Amino acid sequence: MSRATRPLGTGESEFDRRRRRKGAIFAWMCGMATLVGVVALAILLVDVLLDGLGRLDLAFLTSFASRFPERAGVKAALAGSVWILGLTAAISFPISVAAAIYLEEYASRGWVTKAIQTNIANLAGVPSIVYGILGLALFVRALGLQQSVISGALTLSLLIMPVIIMASQEAIRAVPRTIREAAYGLGATRWQVVSYQVFPMALPGILTGTILALSRAVGETAPLIMVGAVGFLAFTPKGLTDQFTVLPLQIYHWISRPQEEFRDLAAAGIIVLLALLLTMNAVAIVLRNRAQVRR
Amino acid sequence: MTDEQRRRRRFHEELDLLQERLLEMAGLVEQLIRRATDAVLERDASVAEEVVAADDRVDELEVEMDERVIELLALQQPMASDLRQIVTTNKISNDLERMGDHAVNISKAARRLTETSPLPEIRELSEMAEITQGMVSDALASYVSRSPGTARMVCLTDDKVDDLRRSLFRILVTHMLEDPKRIGGALELLLVSQNLERIADLATNVSEDVVFLVEGRTIKHGAELP
Amino acid sequence: MTTTYGIDLGGRDPALEALDVSVFYGETHAVQNVSLTIPQNQVVALIGPSGCGKSTLLRCFNRMNDLIGSARVEGRVDFHGQDLYAAGIDPVEVRRRIGMVFQKPNPFPKSIYDNVAFGPRVNGMKDDLDGVVEESLRSAALWDEVSDRLNDSAYTLSGGQQQRLCIARTLAVRPEIVLMDEPASALDPIASQKIEELIYELKKGYTIVIVTHNMQQAARISDYTAFLYMGQLIEYGPTEIIFTNPREERTEAYVTGRFG
Repeated sequence: MSRATRPLGTGESEFDRRRRRKGAIFAWMCGMATLVGVVALAILLVDVLLDGLGRLDLAFLTSFASRFPERAGVKAALAGSVWILGLTAAISFPISVAAAIYLEEYASRGWVTKAIQTNIANLAGVPSIVYGILGLALFVRALGLQQSVISGALTLSLLIMPVIIMASQEAIRAVPRTIREAAYGLGATRWQVVSYQVFPMALPGILTGTILALSRAVGETAPLIMVGAVGFLAFTPKGLTDQFTVLPLQIYHWISRPQEEFRDLAAAGIIVLLALLLTMNAVAIVLRNRAQVRR
Repeated sequence: MTDEQRRRRRFHEELDLLQERLLEMAGLVEQLIRRATDAVLERDASVAEEVVAADDRVDELEVEMDERVIELLALQQPMASDLRQIVTTNKISNDLERMGDHAVNISKAARRLTETSPLPEIRELSEMAEITQGMVSDALASYVSRSPGTARMVCLTDDKVDDLRRSLFRILVTHMLEDPKRIGGALELLLVSQNLERIADLATNVSEDVVFLVEGRTIKHGAELP
Repeated sequence: MTTTYGIDLGGRDPALEALDVSVFYGETHAVQNVSLTIPQNQVVALIGPSGCGKSTLLRCFNRMNDLIGSARVEGRVDFHGQDLYAAGIDPVEVRRRIGMVFQKPNPFPKSIYDNVAFGPRVNGMKDDLDGVVEESLRSAALWDEVSDRLNDSAYTLSGGQQQRLCIARTLAVRPEIVLMDEPASALDPIASQKIEELIYELKKGYTIVIVTHNMQQAARISDYTAFLYMGQLIEYGPTEIIFTNPREERTEAYVTGRFG
């Protein structure tokens, strides 16, 4: 009986068996790959938690760094990271979104625009240390902002703006052309179409891209070192021109101390950093859901 | 077959089938009329049954055509010339069916004539028969060849048939007055002439339908003045 | 050469007049020297095979082609005697007075109320917004179905209702002419029929130009039909003649389904 006329479920040919086997192997390989990533992450987390959880308490969060491990804390670093985060967000978000809107809605489709797009993509891939050097030359020295929070924030903004611009452009592009057409068809100006329809619809995607970029910024160390983040600081920033330090830097300094206790401090610092990142992602999800309410 | 020809193939096959049926009907009816009128002129009684049987077939075809036409209109949404063709086919089939009925009447009159004493030959009668048959044949030919010129000529010939019927009436009345034994026969011939005139009118209808089919306008009821 | 006949303006000015309009997409001559006159308060259907340029031509009438970078329009489109493409004419104002309904229903991701109110809001027509919304929804035969849930998202409506919402939205800015680009082609037959009935009612207050690839629909609802083929206007005349006895062979071939 040929395969075409055989009733269902009456056994399979060698071909069927082989292809079913291939599928199973492939699925297994994908599962293993996932497991590798998950397991590696789990090992990391467990190690950090084991080392650092013991050291994590209110005193840790409210003390400044010290030569004595039992008295050291992340207060300065945490405050510095939050300041940097806030300032970078405030600077990079509006500029990047405005650039993305311009490139997608207003700019002509000629070679100039294409050149700009290509360059932005390139900038996103430039190593962060280069931005550090730029920040040193431009903000710290040329503009005379010295080694301050504002210099750090400006430098990091330059670093993440290309990423935000590209993510925002994607989000804007994802708004269906039919929505724009409908809005134009009703006699709306370009500005009205963008602000009333395109931007609100693209906002979830823009926010997601922004938070992802900011998450990266929170973990940057090299450019901030270039711009003058110090390792040992006994005060939190109060103004834009104050000196600062950040969590990754503090963690790095603790790791490089020989004493065993500083390892635990570093682990605790990592936990705080991870917690900060988790909080940011949670905020991102909340904001995105709020922006999507009308869909 | 190109894509364009393949389109609506089923529809065109149906249309062709419709056309075939109509032509079959037309052929039958033409024959019927000829046999019936010959029977009158040659005093042949046997033709009547044959004619009645053939007319039954004509009636059958008309019913079949009615059904097909409704089906095509509902299912295929024909437009423009396709639509005109279908509508015209319907009308012509109705006209043909009635021609068939008139032919039956003539053949029955022919049979009854054989039971009466014969009348002298009347030239006008055979002329009327010939012209009427010609009109029917031309009308159907104009349909087949889609030629409005021929159709229009048929319409013009109708007046001649009317004239002949009036002349025939006078002649037959004269015959009846001359010899009462002829009354039976004359009355039958009167009936025959009326039926022939009706057939001629129906042939005119068919021609007007042909003009509508080809040119898309109607010339019925004097809508087009010569 | 176009065959045009039987266009009765009823003694009034035409709603819209296209004079020798051509549209180029780069090198492609998508619409070639089309001239036609749209009478007021009538429904004019543009029919033709895919790619014949009917949608492109429609979009000339409210300058939607401006939004496509590579499109270039030549010729005149006269509206109340003024060429829509003259220098100094604002396309935004053109689009308020000549509205458009699209093929796929495209309501905004907002409430029903906000969808209808968007047009008046962006055009500064802020008086009696509630009244305008209600009137527009009534004109679109949708009020009875949504009056109790104006704040619900537009996406909770069925496809046919969404399309009527889009029509209400277009009517809310009080256009004179409504252009429709295959408004019923994405809808099921019942919804499609409701749109047809709606068009018949709207005719009293608006002039309607509709592009459709559904010939039976064009035959049912339009007063005049224009047949386009490969960018050219082949024939333009009263609908009953186009579909029973067209003058051009190509028109005949298209309406009888021999090609297209």
